[in-house]
Amino acid sequence: MISRLFSFHGGVKPDTHKSESAEAPIRPAPLPDMLAVALRQNARAAARCVVAAGDRVLKGQCIGTAEGPHGTAVHAPTSGTVRAIGTHPIAHPSGLDTHCVLIEPDGRDEWIARAPFDYRRAPRARALAFLRDAGIVGMGGAAFPSHVKLGTGSGIDTLIINGGECEPWITCDDRLMRERADGIMAGARILLELAGARRIIVGIEDDKPAAIASMRAAAAALDVPAEIVAVPSIYPSGGEKQLIRVLTGIEIPHGQPGFEYGVQCFNVATALAVHRAVAFGEPLISRIVTFTGNVVHPGNYEVLIGTSIEALASLARVRADTERFILGGPMMGFALPDLRVPILKGSNCVIAAPPGLFPPREPELPCIRCGACARACPVDLQPFELYWHARSRNFGKAQAYHLFDCIECGCCAFVCPSHIPLVDYYRFAKSEIWARERDQQAADASRERFEFRNFRQTREKQEKATRLAAKAAETQAALASKAPTTGAPAAGADAEDPKKALIAAALARAKAQRAAAVPKNAEIDTLSPEKQAEIAAIEARRKRLGADQDPR
Amino acid sequence: MIQSPYVRKPAHVQSIMLTVLLGLVPGVAAYVWQIGAGILVNLGIACATALAAEALVLKLRKRPLKPALSDLSALVSAALIALCLPPIVPWWLTALAVLIGIVVAKQLYGGLGQNPFNPAMVAYCTMIIAYPSLMSQWPVAGALDFDTQLALILGGTRELDAITGATALDALRTALHTGTSSVASVLQQDGFGALGGRGWEWVAAGHMLGGLFLLARGVITWHMPAGFIAAMAAISGVFWLGDPAQFASPVFHLASGGTMLAAFFIVTDPVSGATTPIGKLIFAAGIALIAYLIRVFGAFPDGIAFAVLLMNMCVPLIDLKTQPRVFGHRRERSR
Repeated sequence: MISRLFSFHGGVKPDTHKSESAEAPIRPAPLPDMLAVALRQNARAAARCVVAAGDRVLKGQCIGTAEGPHGTAVHAPTSGTVRAIGTHPIAHPSGLDTHCVLIEPDGRDEWIARAPFDYRRAPRARALAFLRDAGIVGMGGAAFPSHVKLGTGSGIDTLIINGGECEPWITCDDRLMRERADGIMAGARILLELAGARRIIVGIEDDKPAAIASMRAAAAALDVPAEIVAVPSIYPSGGEKQLIRVLTGIEIPHGQPGFEYGVQCFNVATALAVHRAVAFGEPLISRIVTFTGNVVHPGNYEVLIGTSIEALASLARVRADTERFILGGPMMGFALPDLRVPILKGSNCVIAAPPGLFPPREPELPCIRCGACARACPVDLQPFELYWHARSRNFGKAQAYHLFDCIECGCCAFVCPSHIPLVDYYRFAKSEIWARERDQQAADASRERFEFRNFRQTREKQEKATRLAAKAAETQAALASKAPTTGAPAAGADAEDPKKALIAAALARAKAQRAAAVPKNAEIDTLSPEKQAEIAAIEARRKRLGADQDPR
Repeated sequence: MIQSPYVRKPAHVQSIMLTVLLGLVPGVAAYVWQIGAGILVNLGIACATALAAEALVLKLRKRPLKPALSDLSALVSAALIALCLPPIVPWWLTALAVLIGIVVAKQLYGGLGQNPFNPAMVAYCTMIIAYPSLMSQWPVAGALDFDTQLALILGGTRELDAITGATALDALRTALHTGTSSVASVLQQDGFGALGGRGWEWVAAGHMLGGLFLLARGVITWHMPAGFIAAMAAISGVFWLGDPAQFASPVFHLASGGTMLAAFFIVTDPVSGATTPIGKLIFAAGIALIAYLIRVFGAFPDGIAFAVLLMNMCVPLIDLKTQPRVFGHRRERSR
């Protein structure tokens, strides 16, 4: 039992807007006309494509295999024909294209052969590889590969299942917990064993009583210690590190893996995906997406990965005066540049924004150091100091004030009375620092190359010098040993003699070389035998002719 | 492209400044009730000067007028300056003080958010050094009616010795310096009330009430007022316990001079003050300690303004040394 909850510093309470989409049951989205499955599902790794245009694929067939330590596989979400493999816009703030496999569904939705996976009898490495090949990644947003998060299988005491869902508007995890709690807990049970953990704690924000009740019922049926804990609804309590802190009191520094601190955290949808993969052999090919905002039918849809947001928009009946679409929540999401982008494994919510819902930012006023941002920061940073240094491009100072501990949750910008887009300044500073580090690395590499070249040249020079010195010494020694036999000169001439002897030796060598040198015209030896024979024949003819002419 | 968060709390610099102005209302009301309505004239002069000065400098700096004028920060500075000056100073002194506060202490440093020193305190210190006698004439509560106050403000003849005196702090110190009287006997004189200066103690109570309003609205945090009041009570308590005949009680020091106005409205200026929680406590406590030493052992009627400026200089160091522990980091050894 958890005896007490911990708290993290700061946090904010934006309007949740959850009721719009939370009440309707999850609806399956119909098969779209075309699916664009991105080979790159997260920032860290892209899968290697193993199909070609024209191939027929079955539902659940692997179309991209995992590459690299953070790679995971991607699969065909339905049966159909691969139409093309090429660049396609995806949902990323950069608006850049990435490689996608375009699949035209055939409407038959025909599965590959599926088989459950007995993870208890398989070696652990095999089980992790199974998850990787089933394409299991974190479905809370970042799509971090789950098999990596499971660590080494020891050292993890507590497995945390994240049902926090603290961002406003998003309700996909809420619905999932209400409707599929048994599957989630079964998945958590599998993750518990793979992580080598002792207990499961599920953290759910206390504004989701129905989800808490449903999960409690599912947890009661488990044979391992599993507890459902209602946590205060303060954004960002659903942030991984914040939730771990609230439930266990453990603070995991930025960029550190949880398993080194005895805990690890998985999203509820990820747990369900693990369960589907292990129990039914179904790879991760669909997810629940909240479509809400300025739509006729707000709610949650079960969507095949690769379905375009355009198709979802027509399903939810977006109203005509919608200004823009936000992917993710309003605190950390981003405006979609293009509606053709496909749903990725980490895409949890689309908000259609009517005019005035997200009004344009008011003009930025000077920072008055009121400290509201520092009081709101869940990481206990001093955001106004970071802003000050980022703005003056004093990036070293910004790093000293822990710029890279910022989780970009947006609390500071949310509360700022001067309407400063603080997070934009941090993103700017971070990317500038990364760019500088890349430049620095490039400069370091070329400096190393240059220094090595210098080192190599001096070394070669030295080697040549020692070689020559050794040779000279050798010759001298040879001469010296010869000297007594050729009649020793007077002792007084000794000092001069070796030099003379050396010169004499060199002269002799040169003479020998000259003698050995082949005369210009005598390259006959190097010619081919046929040519030589021909020349010989000509010479013979000439001689004969000469002999003939001789009497004259 | 990226611009999350898309939602924002309806917070605005303007509403913060407006709340501060509202917080001054109880103190001003007590002022009018106990001392006279002359302060309202001074407030009017100060606010008009502040807006004009701000507009002029913005024009010279080629900055847009509207955002800076509508943020109300100039009015807050102006009101605080007017409340620090004696209520019967001539109009030009008020105007000059505000000009120095707005133009020199604020705009020359770059405007709102850029000033290292508290503008109101810069103005006050300049005036007390430049016009010590005018700055020392404080009317006894109820001694002057509004017409007289108005006449004095607008430049009447100043033969005031009968009806004005020093502040309670000043009077006490002067009396004690003669070496014949004790604190208790001085406090029996005319001009002293139950806690501090007669009438002025009500103004202090009004400022405390307004300060609690600011606390409740979240415009200021508890650290600065608590640090300031606690340190002032502590140091005055130590001296008082040591020699009650020569040193006034903590209650007197809290109710006199600008202690309450400073605790809630002056030291809490976010721009020129410390920002970390521990830093705020150190900053406010430092002001109280220096202010006490100046007001008791120095030559000025009150020491808060000088103390604020001295501590303003220490802010970068205080902030640097009191950075809070970042999530997931161990507490750093002192850098």
